[in-house]
Amino acid sequence: MLSPVILVPAILNGLLTGAIYALVALGLTLIYGVLHIINFAHGALLSAALFAAFFAYRVLGLDPYVAVFLNAPLFFALGYALQRFIIGPASRGDDRNMLLVTLGIAVVIENALLYAFHADTRTINVGYAFETINFGIAFLAVPRVVGFIAVFLVAFALWLIMTFTDTGRAIRAVAREKLGAQLAGIDVAHIYAITFGIGTACVAVAACLLIPTYYVNPHVGNAFVLVAFTIVVLGGMGSVPGAVIGAFLIGIVESLSGLFLGESLGQIGIFVIFIVVLLVRPSGLFGERA
Amino acid sequence: MKALSPIAAVLAVLAVVPLIVHSNVILNFLVVALMIALAGQGWNILGGYGGQYSFGHAAFFGTGAYVTAILQMRYGVNAWLGFAAGIASGAALGGAIGALTFRSGLRGSYFALVTLAFAEVLRIVASVAPITGAGVGTLITLDISARAFQFQSRAVFYWVILALVGVSLVVTRLIERSRFGAWLMAVRENEDAAAALGVDVSRVKSAAMVISGAMTAASGCFYAQYFLFVDSGIAYGTWISIEALLTPIIGGVGTLFGPLLGALVVRSLGELAKLVAGDAPGLDLIIYGAVLVAVIWFSPRGLIGGAVQAHKRLLRRLSPGTSCAGEIGRG
Repeated sequence: MLSPVILVPAILNGLLTGAIYALVALGLTLIYGVLHIINFAHGALLSAALFAAFFAYRVLGLDPYVAVFLNAPLFFALGYALQRFIIGPASRGDDRNMLLVTLGIAVVIENALLYAFHADTRTINVGYAFETINFGIAFLAVPRVVGFIAVFLVAFALWLIMTFTDTGRAIRAVAREKLGAQLAGIDVAHIYAITFGIGTACVAVAACLLIPTYYVNPHVGNAFVLVAFTIVVLGGMGSVPGAVIGAFLIGIVESLSGLFLGESLGQIGIFVIFIVVLLVRPSGLFGERA
Repeated sequence: MKALSPIAAVLAVLAVVPLIVHSNVILNFLVVALMIALAGQGWNILGGYGGQYSFGHAAFFGTGAYVTAILQMRYGVNAWLGFAAGIASGAALGGAIGALTFRSGLRGSYFALVTLAFAEVLRIVASVAPITGAGVGTLITLDISARAFQFQSRAVFYWVILALVGVSLVVTRLIERSRFGAWLMAVRENEDAAAALGVDVSRVKSAAMVISGAMTAASGCFYAQYFLFVDSGIAYGTWISIEALLTPIIGGVGTLFGPLLGALVVRSLGELAKLVAGDAPGLDLIIYGAVLVAVIWFSPRGLIGGAVQAHKRLLRRLSPGTSCAGEIGRG
């Protein structure tokens, strides 16, 4: 059972899954780090992004890896507009209201997708979906390897933005000390919306990387986001390295518990982690406080 | 006694409805609205008075529904006992989740997330566990008799759920007027200040969660008896978590009659949408989501809170002399 021939590919596949989780979790933890709220619309936005990638392929004939350059800016704009023109004004800075507004938006998006496209599950067929690369110790699916590399590119790009641009500095300033940033002349509402836009763009990239090997229906985002919630709780809410490391851990746990316990119980393994982390260390591995 | 007279008046008016209206469609509508109001009152105790916003009250609703159904069908327990056991298990679950989350100091975003996760875990477990009937669900056998808590006439079901709503209103009013209620509201306004004044914050919140869980579970028990069927998507589905928080927020969060008013409004909107656009999946929830955002945007205290404010503003305008003093006093 513990033969490395089975174990090594399972762990590698877990890492590949973890990379996509990392991207979804990054968006979530970034928004939490700056706005100090959990974006409950994240899952619905992921479903919407998967639909966008699906229709980009079906209607426009765009390969998902090309569509990403269209969808990411589009979803950045969507996220920006949502925060700037709906969530911000509707909640007037009250945390509880913000939570409820993101929940309301989630319900609207998810059910608008259900209303427009029904509950059918759809997939696309790209030529390379079933191609594999032989790494000597394991065969890995090409789209998942591409996804893995792309996630690192996105993370690197985000790091560059955060470290070297004025906008990145402003985002970090707002996350640290909102009032101080405001006094220094930073437009906090604008920075909030930018952050929300980046978080939403992460989801759009994740969707384009997922769609070649995955399926889409109106509720599909929820499964990912519950995993992403677990990841950010595990890694520490608001912590970027926490989100990445948490995502790889969860990817491996899911893959291994799927191997030993079967598919449907793989998910339960994740929730057990979730509850144990809350009991033992609610601030997570890298978080400062709950 | 004076504190309870508005409740008596509202209940009396609602109680005569089945004597005048005989349409099963309307009675069915009202029964469901009252059921949602009961679930919403549960949410209101914890969220409205205690300020702890739960996004997963389906956990309590579903547990009440499943416990009632499973005890009857698998263990031959009397329906009324099953109903009571359902409520008790909702209270126990509330105590357990409360102990788990409040002990570790989870609040705000975290609390909403944890409650959502608990509801989701229960949904996944219920959809695979054999005892719940897994994907098939649990069907309660038709047996129309008072002993089995099943009635031919919708009017009787109506009075039963009205009585339950009545109990929830009385309990809520008693909490409002009690020392416990004052602690709870102090926690809502400022948790740290309340703790500094000697309120045992996590204990007060846990107690509120027990009461809240019991009320919402009672709504779930009623669901099982009324529709005679439970599955994981109904019992632990997002719809009830949304409706349980939507009704008090629309009606007036932290007000006695908020959930009742909100449930009538929410359900009317849902029916209206179906009339206009046909019965399409997702349509009612699109409207609920949009209404939730709109209420927070334009009237964060809900209909009752908004009306009270408008009334005050009107009074001030009518008597300009006192308005100044009022403004200053408010500071």
